[in-house]
Order: sequence, then C-alpha cells, then structure tokens
Amino acid sequence: MMQTRTTGTTGRREVSEQSSTSAEARRRALRARRLRRGWVALGLVVPAAVAYAAFVLRPLVLTVQYSFYDWNGVTESTWVGVENYRRLVDNPEMLGSIGNALELIVYFSFVPVLLGLLTAATIRKFATSRLALVSRTVLFLPQVIPLVAAGIMWTWLLASDGLVNELLRGIGLDALTRAWLGDTSTALPAVGVIGAWVALGLCMLLLLAGMAKIDPSLYEAARIDGAGAVREFFAITLPSVRQEIGVCVTVTVISALAAFDIVYISTQGGPANSTLVPGLEIYYLGFFSREVGQASALAVVFMALVLAVVLPIQRLTRESDR
Amino acid sequence: MIVSARETWLSRVLLVVLMVVTIVPFISLFVTALHAPGTYPSGLEWPETPYWSNFVDAFTAADMGALLWSSLLIEIGVVPVALLIATLAGFSLGHLRPPGHRAIFLTFVLGLTLPFQAVIVPLYYQMRDLGLLNTRWAIILPLIGLYMPFAVMWMRAHFVTMPEELSEAARIDGAGTWALFSRIHVPLSVPALSSLGILLFLWTWNQFLLAVVLVDDPAKRTMAGALGAFQGQWGTDVPLLCAGSLLILTPTLIVFLVFQRRFVSALMQGALKG
Repeated sequence: MMQTRTTGTTGRREVSEQSSTSAEARRRALRARRLRRGWVALGLVVPAAVAYAAFVLRPLVLTVQYSFYDWNGVTESTWVGVENYRRLVDNPEMLGSIGNALELIVYFSFVPVLLGLLTAATIRKFATSRLALVSRTVLFLPQVIPLVAAGIMWTWLLASDGLVNELLRGIGLDALTRAWLGDTSTALPAVGVIGAWVALGLCMLLLLAGMAKIDPSLYEAARIDGAGAVREFFAITLPSVRQEIGVCVTVTVISALAAFDIVYISTQGGPANSTLVPGLEIYYLGFFSREVGQASALAVVFMALVLAVVLPIQRLTRESDR
Repeated sequence: MIVSARETWLSRVLLVVLMVVTIVPFISLFVTALHAPGTYPSGLEWPETPYWSNFVDAFTAADMGALLWSSLLIEIGVVPVALLIATLAGFSLGHLRPPGHRAIFLTFVLGLTLPFQAVIVPLYYQMRDLGLLNTRWAIILPLIGLYMPFAVMWMRAHFVTMPEELSEAARIDGAGTWALFSRIHVPLSVPALSSLGILLFLWTWNQFLLAVVLVDDPAKRTMAGALGAFQGQWGTDVPLLCAGSLLILTPTLIVFLVFQRRFVSALMQGALKG
C-alpha cells in the first residue's frame, strides 16, 4: 500500500528527513483515527436506521409486493400482476375516494390558509397585545386535542339537533337545517369544516410569525405613499410570507390527503361513499374485506398521489428562498 | 405605526369571532355532557339539573384509570427511545458527517410525507408474525420507526448549527466521540430535545390508526384509540359520549396549558420543519 512504502527506511538521516517521517506517521495516525471515527459515527445511526428500516422501509417494500398478489391474509397468495391496479382504475368507488381526497384539499387547506392570511394580516398590527396573546392559546386548542375528539365534538354540533341547526333556526333559516353529515350533498363539506377548524389556528399563527419578521418601515413608507390596507396586503405582506404560506399549504394538504381519524369518527365514509377517502378505503379493504392485494395497490397509488401533490408545493417554496 | 381606528376595531372583532368559533365546540361538548343520560339536549342550553355524575359514569364505563395507565406505558415505551436514537443519528449525520451521511439522510427524508395508512396493512402482518398483535408493543415499535424521518431531520437540523470548534476543543482535551456527545452536545441540545419530546408525546397520545388496527383491547390502546372504541359503544348516549370525550381530551389540555409556550413554539417549528 501507499502508506507502508515510506516506512522501510534505515540508516542515518538528516533532521529534516526525520521530521518528515514523523509527520507522515502523524498523518497516518490521523487518517486511522478519522476512519475509526467514521465507523463510530456510522454506528450511532444504526439504531435509528434499524427502527426505520424495520417499520417503514420493509412495510413499504411489502406494500408494493402485496399489490401484485391476490391474498386474503390467511391462505396461499396468487400472483396476479397488475390486475389489482386494473381493478382500481375500473372501480368508481376507489376513484371516488381519490376524488374526495382531492376535494378535501379545498376545505382542509385552501380555506384555513386563506382565512389565516386574512386574519393574520388584520391582527398583525397589534400582535403583541394581550388579546393577541390570549388568542395564541385559544386558537391552538384544536391542534392539541386528538382528531378523534374533534370528530366527536363536531358530529354532535352538526347533528340534526345540534348547535349548527339550532343557530340556523334561531335566525329563521329553518329551510337550511339538515343532518349535515348524513346528507350526500353536504357530508364532505361538513367533514371539511372539521378539518378547517383544526388547521386554522396553526396557519394563522405561522403566518403571523412570518409577518412579524417584516420590517415595519416598509408599511410606514407604504402608508405615507397613500396605500390602503388592501394595497399594503398585496404589495408587502403577501410576498413576504410566501415561504410560510408554502409551509401551511404543505402541512394542510398532507393532512387532507391522509385524512382518516375525522372521517372514520364522523361519517365512516358514508353516506353512500360520499366521504370515502383512500386512507379509509385501504383500512376497509385490508381489514374487513381482507383483500390485501387490492388494499396494497390502492396504498401504492395513494403514496404516489401524496408525492405528486406535495413535491411541487415544496419546490415552489424552495424557490422563494432564493 | 399608522393604523386607523376603524381597522383596529375591525381586527379585534375578527379575532374575537375566531376565538368564539374555536371555543364554542368545547363549550357545547361540556354543556351537553351535563344533561340527563340518554337525552338529545339542544344547543348551548344549561341543564336544569346538571348531571355531574355523567363524568363519573363515563370514567367507569371507559375504564379511564386503565386507559391513562396504558397511554402512559405507550408514551414511556415510545418517547425516550425515539428521542435517544434520533438524537444519536442526528448528531452523527449533522455534526460528525461520516462518509455516506448525505445518502443516509436522504433515505430518512424519503419517509417524511408518508401517510401511516400506506404501510398499515404490511405492519399488521408483520406484528402478527412477531406475535405482538394486541400488545402495546404493536403500537410502540412501529411508532418509533414511523417517527424516525421527522425526528432524525429535526435533530440533524439542530446539530448542523453546532460550531465545529466546540468539538475540536473537546477532542484536544481528550474527549472521545461518546464523551463529546453526552457531555458537550446533549446538554446544549435541551431546547431542541424538549420541543421534539413534546411533539412526539402529543402525536403518540393522539395516535388513532395504529391503535385501532393493531390492538383490539381498548384498555391496551392510546387515549385516542380508546376514544374510538368508546364512541362505538356509547355513541347513542350523547351526554355520556360527550363526558367521555371531555375526560379523554382533558389530559392533553392540561399538559398544553402548563407548557403553553413550549407547545406553541414546538408545534410551529414542527410545521416549519415538516
């Protein structure tokens, strides 16, 4: 090896030569130590990597594998190729679940982000007041409780005898009252209301935090130039919080596509599959009809869908960093 | 700052309206929980005779003592282990940067947007083959793995900002990698660790899917998972269901109110990093 070549020297040496060999030795020792440290450092990753490989990567690979088989989880499985995927495309129920997930993005993501922007922009001016500080706590409450609890709460609020209908009757809109979660035309938006209620606080506070970083002199200059609140919002506030908007959209879009807890508790996918989402359909296929292959094929498509929606959003926010 | 009075007034109204919309569901839940069992109370009406006993009934019906204990056991199984192994990996990938660290980190990042439903079917069979179905291990072990993409990214982001000179100085003083980690870097990581700890605690407590699929016995589930079973059993008795839901969400509310600032900043950072 290259390193051992310089060691075989004998006889008298000049001082400078001696020091060069010892420098070489030191370099070698350093390299050995660096190598050892590299191994130690890699060793530190092992526990996390093992947990990740065993409970994420392995199941991921298995999902793909199962998706090519017909299997009920008990008896022998049979290879069916892309049959599960073909049936998925032909099945209006499963396509519908994907459509529902996409529609949920409107309620879980667009609504809270737009409302969050509007409110954050209006309360920006007194963001350090006591009212704003109290609101920090209050608006965060839905983020802290289990989604299941949010689902139960709102199931009751949206029931035929619930508070929402009470209020409608109170203001004379009796004609509008209905079992919001039990009506095929309103069930999905009603589920959306629950998701929007959960996400609003986080979005608003993230956007407020982003707005707090804007130089106040920009606003003063705009006011002196005669800009109104609307001009100010579009010219200064909105461009400055592009990154925070990206974060809010990413987080809420993922929660819309992966919706499970809220739907499971409030509608179980009904009525007539009007609120069925892929997460719930995978659960039904995998654990009730025991069509493991079909469930896995949907899971693969589901993952692809999440990536296809989330990655472009991520790229857009990255660009705003530059 | 130049702000017109009308604007300030309008903003305050808007903020109060939002707070009311956030709070009213909680109040409705509370008021409903006080009505006679088996009734369908209307809206926000305070009952003539509040049935405080509903809370006791819900507590016994849901076997709340066992549930709290179960959730606690799951938390103890998940949070410390996940924190420790994610910190080790984050320290290595963010600070020591061994050969291949970039590829390893990218592999972890792959899992960031993964919805749990995408792997739940194979996880079920994996747990069955390991003989762990219907034990708390069936929730604990997968959760640790599923948290790794986020937790490792979080800790790596922290260790990347630690100055190299700090470690060099410690090395010159004769510190090995382990001493460097435990004596220098862990004490400096307390804020990052506690924020991550809060997030993992909350996510574990509220975990529903894994609990419902992998554990049949509600008494061995997380709080949220048990609440799902409670709804199935008592769904028709609205006041009792409301009382039960309140009992189950109260622990998180208390923890939240006590550690408010930490919680808010952890959740917001969590969103920013995710």
